[in-house]
Amino acid sequence: MRRGSAVRGDAGSKREVRFSLRSAGSRCGSLALAWAIPGFAAAAPPIAPDSLSEICDPSTGLPMPAIPTMFDPASPPAADIEALTWLLFGICAAIFVVVQGALVHAIIKYRARRRDEAAGDEPRQVYGSNPVELAWTVIPVVIVFVLTLASVRLIRDIERTSPPEGALKVVVIGHQWWWEYRYPDLGIVTANELVVPAERPVWLELHSADVNHSWWVPQLAGKMDCIPGHPNTLWFEADRPGVYLGQCAEYCGNQHANMLLRVEARAVDGPLGFDAWVANQQSPPVDDDSTTPGRDVFLALACQSCHDIAGVSEGAFGPNLTHLMSRATLGAGVAPLDRDSLRQWVDDPQTLKPGCNMPSLKLDTNQLDAVVDYLASLR
Amino acid sequence: MSTLTTRPAEVGAAVGGEPLATRLHRWAVTVDHKRLGIMYVLSGLVFFLVGGIEASIMRAQLARPANDLVSPEVFNQLFTMHGTTMVFLVGMPILLGMGNYLVPLMIGARDMAFPRLNAFGFWLFLFGGLLLYFSYIGAQGLYGTAVAPDVGWFAYAPLTDRTFSRGNSTDYWILGIMVSGFGSIATGLNLVVTILSMRCRGMTLMRMPLLAWMMLIVGLLVLAALGPLTAAQVMLLFDRNLGAHFFDPQEGGSAVLWQHFFWFFGHPEVYILVLPAFGFVSEIIPTFSRKVIFGYPLMVAATVAIGFISLSVWAHHMFAVGMGPALNAFFSAMTFMIAVPTGIKIFNWIGTMWGGRIRFASPMLFATGFVAMFVIGGLTGIMLAMVPFDWQVSDSYFVVGHFHYVLFGGTVFAIFGALHYWYPKAVGRMLDETVAKWSFWLLFAGFNLTFFPMHISGMLGMPRRIYTFQPDRGLELWNVLSSSGVVLQAAGVILIVWNLLRSARKGAVAGNDPWDAWTLEWATTSPPPEHNFDVAPTVGSRRPLWDLKHPEDPDGRYE
Repeated sequence: MRRGSAVRGDAGSKREVRFSLRSAGSRCGSLALAWAIPGFAAAAPPIAPDSLSEICDPSTGLPMPAIPTMFDPASPPAADIEALTWLLFGICAAIFVVVQGALVHAIIKYRARRRDEAAGDEPRQVYGSNPVELAWTVIPVVIVFVLTLASVRLIRDIERTSPPEGALKVVVIGHQWWWEYRYPDLGIVTANELVVPAERPVWLELHSADVNHSWWVPQLAGKMDCIPGHPNTLWFEADRPGVYLGQCAEYCGNQHANMLLRVEARAVDGPLGFDAWVANQQSPPVDDDSTTPGRDVFLALACQSCHDIAGVSEGAFGPNLTHLMSRATLGAGVAPLDRDSLRQWVDDPQTLKPGCNMPSLKLDTNQLDAVVDYLASLR
Repeated sequence: MSTLTTRPAEVGAAVGGEPLATRLHRWAVTVDHKRLGIMYVLSGLVFFLVGGIEASIMRAQLARPANDLVSPEVFNQLFTMHGTTMVFLVGMPILLGMGNYLVPLMIGARDMAFPRLNAFGFWLFLFGGLLLYFSYIGAQGLYGTAVAPDVGWFAYAPLTDRTFSRGNSTDYWILGIMVSGFGSIATGLNLVVTILSMRCRGMTLMRMPLLAWMMLIVGLLVLAALGPLTAAQVMLLFDRNLGAHFFDPQEGGSAVLWQHFFWFFGHPEVYILVLPAFGFVSEIIPTFSRKVIFGYPLMVAATVAIGFISLSVWAHHMFAVGMGPALNAFFSAMTFMIAVPTGIKIFNWIGTMWGGRIRFASPMLFATGFVAMFVIGGLTGIMLAMVPFDWQVSDSYFVVGHFHYVLFGGTVFAIFGALHYWYPKAVGRMLDETVAKWSFWLLFAGFNLTFFPMHISGMLGMPRRIYTFQPDRGLELWNVLSSSGVVLQAAGVILIVWNLLRSARKGAVAGNDPWDAWTLEWATTSPPPEHNFDVAPTVGSRRPLWDLKHPEDPDGRYE
C-alpha cells in the first residue's frame, strides 16, 4: 500500500460524488430532469457498497478497488456514463412507481368483492377516452424525445473519431483467448496487461486476429468490440494511478470466461513509473549464460514457433515473452505469475486454463526446469 | 347462446373406443387447425422442459465462482441450445400454434386458409427441432466427439467459420433452424391470409378481437424477418461447405454483415414473440375485469406502429460494434420511439382494469403478472437504448436480466395465462384453480429471484456466456440468488405440467363459456367440433357474446 495510499489519499470518495454532480450538471442540467441526480448520487450506489474501498495490488503496489465496476469510474467516458446511469435510474424509477402504482391501485381497489358478485350485473363499460389516451401518448413522446437528445449528446461527447491531443496510441489485438498490445510509437509489444501513464489520454485501436472479442474495463470506458476486418477505436484517460480490471465481453469460444483484462495506470516517474516500464520494455531481453540450457530447449522445441522473444525467436501465434516476468499474471489473468505457476503452466497449460490453444509439450523434469529458469529470467 | 348445442359427449371422446394406432394416425394426418395448434403447443412445452433443464444446469454451474460441475465445452453448448430452443422451438411454435388454434375460432372461420400448408408448417418445425437436437448424437466436433452447437444462439461470424468451429455441429444449427424457419414462414403466411380473407359475416377489420390484430402483424413480421435469416443461413452454409466467403474477413468477407442480417431478423423476432403475448393479455384482462378493452382503436394503432418501428431498431444490438455516431444515434432514437406504442398498450390494460370488477382467477393472475414484469423489462429496454449506458452493460448479465423480463416475465407468463384461459375450450375440462395459483406464485417468486439479481451482476461487470466467473469481484451473492430461484421456478413448472395432464381426465367439465367471456370462440362447444361452428356466425360488434348476453344494450352503438 506504500504508493497507493499516497496517490489516492483521502480525496477519493469525495471526488466521486462531486464528479457525478459536475458531470451530470453539464450534460443534463438543461434537461430539467437533473433533479433526479443529486438524490440518487447522494444516496450512493446501494448495490456496490464496497466499490469505494480499496485494496492494494500485490505486484505493483498500485491501488485497486475491491470491486471494479462502472460505479467507481476513473476516466472521463466512464464518469459520464456513471452520471447518465443515475439519471436513467431516476427517470425509470419514476415511471416504475407511477405505472406499478396505478396497477397495484387498480388491483386493490377494483378487485371483485362478494357483494359485487352477488349483484350479478357488469360494471360500467368505458370504451376509451380521447383526452386520457392523448395524454399517455404525448407524455411518453416528450420523455423519449428528451432521452434521445441526451443519448445523442453523450454519444457525440464520448465517441471520438480522432485521438485526443497528446494521446498514447496502443494497438489492441484480441486472440483466442488472450490480448496482444502494441505500442507503435514506442516499439513495444506485450501481452495481456496494458500499462499506461495516468492522467494522459490513451487511444486504443482495436483489432482481432481470429473471432470477435470485446474490450471492456468498466472503470475506464464502455466496451468496444474487436472484430476482424473492422478496426474500432476507444479512448480513456485514467484520472488516478491504479489497477483496473475487466474481461472480454463478446463470446469468443471455449475460454471466453478466462480472457481477463488488466490495465495498470502508472505515474510517469519513479522506479515503478511508466517511463521506467517503457525503458525496461525497450531493452533487449535478458541474456544470461546460466539460462542458456533453457533457451536451447525453448529453441529446440515448438515453443519458438508460437512465442516471440526479441532477438531469440519470432513466433507470432502466442503472447510475446520478451519481458514476461514484468507482468503480474499468467494466461490472460488465470493465475498470478510466479515461478510455481509458471512451472505448472509450462508443464501442462490445460491444468490452469482447460481448452486454451497451448498444448502440453510433455517435457521431462530437466527440460522443464531449464525452460522455467530461462523464462523466469526474462524480466 | 343456449341455441348452440352443447356436446358433453365430446369431452374425453378421444379416450374411447378406437385403438391407439388409429388415434395417433388421425393426429399424424390431420389438417385441422385445432389439432395442429394443440400439437404445436405440446411439442413447444416439451422443448420448454428441455430448455429449462439446460438453464438449470447452467445456473448450478454458476452458483459459485470457479465451479467445475460442467466443462467449458458443455456449458457453451448449453447456453447455445438453451437460447436456440427457447426462441425457435418454444416461443415461436407455442405462440404460432395458439394463433393457429384461436384465430379461426375468434374470427368465426371454419379453418385456416391453407390447412395442408398448415400441417406442412407444423411438421417442418417439429423435424427442424429434432434435427437440431440430433446434433447431440450425430454432430462431430473436434477430435470426432459428438457435440451440440456451441456458437451462441446468434452464432456470430467468424466463430462459425470452419476454422473456429470444426466438425459439423454448426451445420446442424443452421439446418435445424432453417427447416423450422420454413415452417414458421408457412404459418405466418397462413395467418395473414386467414385473417384477411376468412372473417365471418359482419366482422370488419376494426371489429376483430385484438388477438387477431396482433396475429396479423406477427404474420407480416414473420414474412419480413425470417427471409433474411434464412438467406444468411444459406450464405453461412455456403461459407462452411462450398468455400464461399460471405462472412470470412480473411478473404474479404464481412463479420459485421452477419450481425446485420441476424439482427434484422432478431429484433422483429422479439416482437414476433411478444405481440401474441400482448394479444392474449388483451383478451384475458377485459374478461376478468368485466370491462370492454379500453381504447381499442389506439391499441390497434399501437400494434401497427410496433410492427413498422420494429423493422428499424435491429442495430441497437450492435452499439458496441463501432457503427459510428450517426448510426448509433439513429438506432437509439428509433428504439426510444418504440417505447411509446408499447407504453400505450400497458396504460390501456391498466385503464381496462380501472373501474372494473376484477376476478383473480389463474389466467388473470398470469396476465397481471405479465403486465408488472413486462413494465420492468420495458424500462430496462429504455435504459439499454441509451447508447453510452449500453456500452457499459451490452453483452453483460444486465442484458440477460432485461430480455428474460421481456421473454419470460412477459411472453412465458402470458403463454401460461393463455393456457389457463383457453385450456377449458380446447380440452373441455377446467384446470385445478388451487394448483394453478400455487404454480403462479412459485413461478413469480422464482422468476424474480433468478432474474432481478442479474441486472446487478451485469452492472458489476459480469459478461454473459461465461462458464465461470471471477471470485472477489462482488458477484458471488447475486449469482447464488439467481441460482436459488431456479428451484422455485422448477416447482412452479412441474405443478403446471401436472395440472395440465391431470385435469384432462379429472378436471370439472367446463361447458361452452366458463369465464363468461365475449369473443366468438366461447360460443361453440368445448372442445369445438371439427368444423368449429354449426351455423356460420354473424357479428355486429367487437364483442358478439356481449350482444347476445345484453340484447338491451349491444356494443355496436358505442364503437
